[in-house]
Formats: sequence, structure tokens, C-alpha cells
Amino acid sequence: MNESSPLIEIKNVSFSYGHTKVLNNVTFPINRGDFLSLIGPNGSGKTTLIKIILGLLNPSKGEIKIMGKTVAEFNDWQKLGYVPQKATHIDPFFPVSVREVVKMGLGVQRSLPSFKKRNEAQIIWNALSRVGMENHLNWRIGKLSGGQQQRVFIARAIVNQPCLLFLDEPTTGVDSETQGHFYDMLDTLNKKESITIVLVTHDIGIVNRHVSRVACLNQSLEYHGTHEEFCQSEVFKKMLAEGHHIVSHRH
Amino acid sequence: MDAFLSYGFLQRALFAGIFVALACAMLGVFLILRRDAMIGHGLAHVAFAGIAIGLLLNILPMTIALVVAVLSALGITALKEKAGLYGDTAIAIFSSVGFAVGVLVVTVSQGFNVDLFSYLFGDILTIDATEVALSICLAVAVVLIVFLNYQKFMYMTFDQESAKVSGVKVRQLDMLLSVLTAVTVVLGMKLVGILLVSALIVIPAAAGLQLASSFKQAIGFSSLISLISVVLGLFISFYLDFPASGSIVIISFFCFCLLFLVKQRR
Repeated sequence: MNESSPLIEIKNVSFSYGHTKVLNNVTFPINRGDFLSLIGPNGSGKTTLIKIILGLLNPSKGEIKIMGKTVAEFNDWQKLGYVPQKATHIDPFFPVSVREVVKMGLGVQRSLPSFKKRNEAQIIWNALSRVGMENHLNWRIGKLSGGQQQRVFIARAIVNQPCLLFLDEPTTGVDSETQGHFYDMLDTLNKKESITIVLVTHDIGIVNRHVSRVACLNQSLEYHGTHEEFCQSEVFKKMLAEGHHIVSHRH
Repeated sequence: MDAFLSYGFLQRALFAGIFVALACAMLGVFLILRRDAMIGHGLAHVAFAGIAIGLLLNILPMTIALVVAVLSALGITALKEKAGLYGDTAIAIFSSVGFAVGVLVVTVSQGFNVDLFSYLFGDILTIDATEVALSICLAVAVVLIVFLNYQKFMYMTFDQESAKVSGVKVRQLDMLLSVLTAVTVVLGMKLVGILLVSALIVIPAAAGLQLASSFKQAIGFSSLISLISVVLGLFISFYLDFPASGSIVIISFFCFCLLFLVKQRR
């Protein structure tokens, strides 16, 4: 696979839950370096598409390729980071520390005590410092605010230095100022650390500031292209007219 | 204290009890956090059927109980997955059917006898050297398997979806955890009996979770409380002539109450 090939190729993907069609013939690429916003109304298939890419669901039709390999063939899952929807809807009393949450992302092969313990500790600290949470190593995750928890989950997702990061509605329940800081952090990960980001969001206001590309889903792909073109498109105007949620951000 | 430790039967009870306590505590933390706390209770009832069948046929009751418990544990997991039932529903089905089969078999065998009584209420003080060796081997196997898969079990308990994405074989590990629970239930039956084995799995873990701020602490505290409960319980049983099973469970409950109060005052 060469550098110019898409990281993810989505070809004619369809999916139904029972008789309810959720995705219909969706095709678009996710290229290296993209900060892609995957937007659409509730029930438009955004989360379903992410789950299909990550191998959590099988499409009823179509194909996904990750770095040139089908989902079934691909086994380098540590190159992909994932922050699921409602990641912060955790049991606040679950006894797990920030360090332990990030360590989960290090991968399943590290289950034995290792002579590389010092290296592991450094890797965890580095991941947390990239999201500004290095001083909370031994805090129980339930004691953090929603925004802080989200940062920890991102640290978990990036601890293995992935080249691609999926975030599914990561700012649900987080106040708008914290959202602004959060998107600035994603921007840094994308532009300075070259992590390709796919962000599922209802918030079409974010396209005005950070993202490079937009894919608009409503079971079918209604738009895929740059954010500048999206803002001039009929799809965007239609979304505004239908009153889709816009959140103001700092400029 | 010397008198307590000089008797062979107490030494055997302590040895076996300590290892079984560790296995119960470690598993208990995972089961509580997965909201599967009642699976021990359910499998104990199923194991009762195995014991009854073993006694009726005069074939190694504990072995039959182990086989039946393991198969039922896998059945519960399959029922949750295929029939879409909640965990407690699947457990309730197996638990009640298992106990019903046990009652039927006991009736066919023309009533309760002393052997069955010792399985119901535990009889750690009559454990022989072979049973000690077997209990320790099985308990060590359980602890070792949990230790080797600790990160994966923790990940899938905390966030199953992300665990799947990162390559954790969640389905297989679910089944493994169920099998380990079945083995631990049968191990614990000798210590505290069918009727109280669930308490030995749940109460020390619940106590440990009161103060733990990390998963490692949860496992550590639970193990400590389980060990204290077994050692003190046997101690009280010896000196006050109380049943060992009841003493152990009541000590663990006192520990839970104490730690609960400490947590409230924080």
C-alpha cells in the first residue's frame, strides 16, 4: 500500500437492522491526513458505519478495506484508535484508575508482567501528557469530569501511536467551552502528529473551524468533499433549514 | 493458637481454604462488575443436581457436580447470547431447573442423607489430603488463568466494545470466565456448602470494592478480606464449635459492613 492510497476504502456498503435499512450503498474514501467529520441526523447510519469499519458489524452488502486489506484480513488493529459513543457514560464507581484505563489501550499482548514495565509507564505518561491529563494518573476515572474522562479515553485510543482515530460523538454531555478545548486538541493531533481523524458528530458548527473534509450521511451518502465546498452546498443549506444543531465555537 | 494449628484436619482446612478464598475473591470482583453476581448462586444450585446424581449412582459426586456446573455455565452464556435474555434471567432458569432436578433425584434416592447434608452446608473440616491437593491445584489453576488474562478480563469488563475493537476475543473470554466460575463454585462447596458458596464469591469482593480506587486495589482488598474471613472463620469454628461455613460468611459480612462504614465517613 503506498502513501497516496486511501487508508480506508468504503465501497457500496449497505446495512440493515432486521428490516430497517440503515445504510444504502455508501461509497467514499478516508485519506491519510484527513480530519473528516461524519455528520447526519439521528438514525442516519453514522455509528453503524464506524462499527462496520471496525469489524463490530458485518455489512449486508459491499466491502471495507483498511490499508488495502479487507476487515477480515486486517489484523493490525492497534493502528486504529477508537473512542466509542457514550464512552463517558461509565459507572462512576467502577474501580479503575486513569493509568489502568490508558494501559488497556496498550494491547492484549502485554498481559504478562514485563521487564519493560518502566517503558510501559513512560508510554502511558506520554499518552496522557498529549491530552493534558498526566497529573491524574492515579485518579479513579469516575472522579473526573466528563471532559477529563473524554481526554483519558482519547489517551487510551492514541497510546499505541495509531495512524487513524475514530471518535463517535465524543462531546456529548460536555459544556461548550470544554468542547472548544477538546476540538483544539484534536486539531493538534491531526496537524502536528499526522493522525487521521474521523469524527462522528451532530455538531455541524465544527466544520467551520477544524475539519478538512465532510461526509454527510442520511442512510445514503449525501455529500463528501472539503468543508469549504460543504458550506456552500445545497446539503448544508438544507440542514440549516431543517434546524440541525449548530454550536458556536471560538474563532 | 498452637492447639489450633497442631491438628492435621485444621491444617488441611486452612491450606485448602486459603487457596479457594483467593480464587473466589478474584473472580468475585469481575462477576460483580459484570453484574453477574448471582451466577455463583445459580451454578451452586445446578451443582446440587450433580451432587445428587453422583450420590445416587455412587460415582464421584464432586466430579459430576463439576461437569454439570461447567456445562451449565456454558449454557447460561449461550442462552444470554442466542435467546437475548438478561444474565439474571438465564441464571434463574438454570438455577431453578438444576435445583428441581436435584430435589427429584434426592426423592428417587429415598430421602436426604448425611452425605448430601455436608454438601449443602460445607464440611471443610473433614477434607482429606487428596481433596486438599485437588482443591489447591484447581484453585491455583483458576488464579493463574485469571492472572494471565487479567488485562483482557479487565478491559472487557470495563468497555466491551472497545475491547473487541482492540482484538480481545470477548466471546471466548466470556465462556472462559463462566467455566472458571463453575470450577470455583464447586471448589467453594467443600468450604462453605452449596447454600453459601455464592456468599464467599460475592461478599469479600463487594467489601473490597468499597474502598478500591483501582482495579488492582479491588482485587487486592477482596483477596485480603476473603483470606481474613476464611482464617478467622475457621478459628471461631474451632474454638466456639460453630459451623465453619456460617462463621466464614458472617466474618466476611462484618468486613463488608466495616468497610462500608469507613467509605461513608470519607
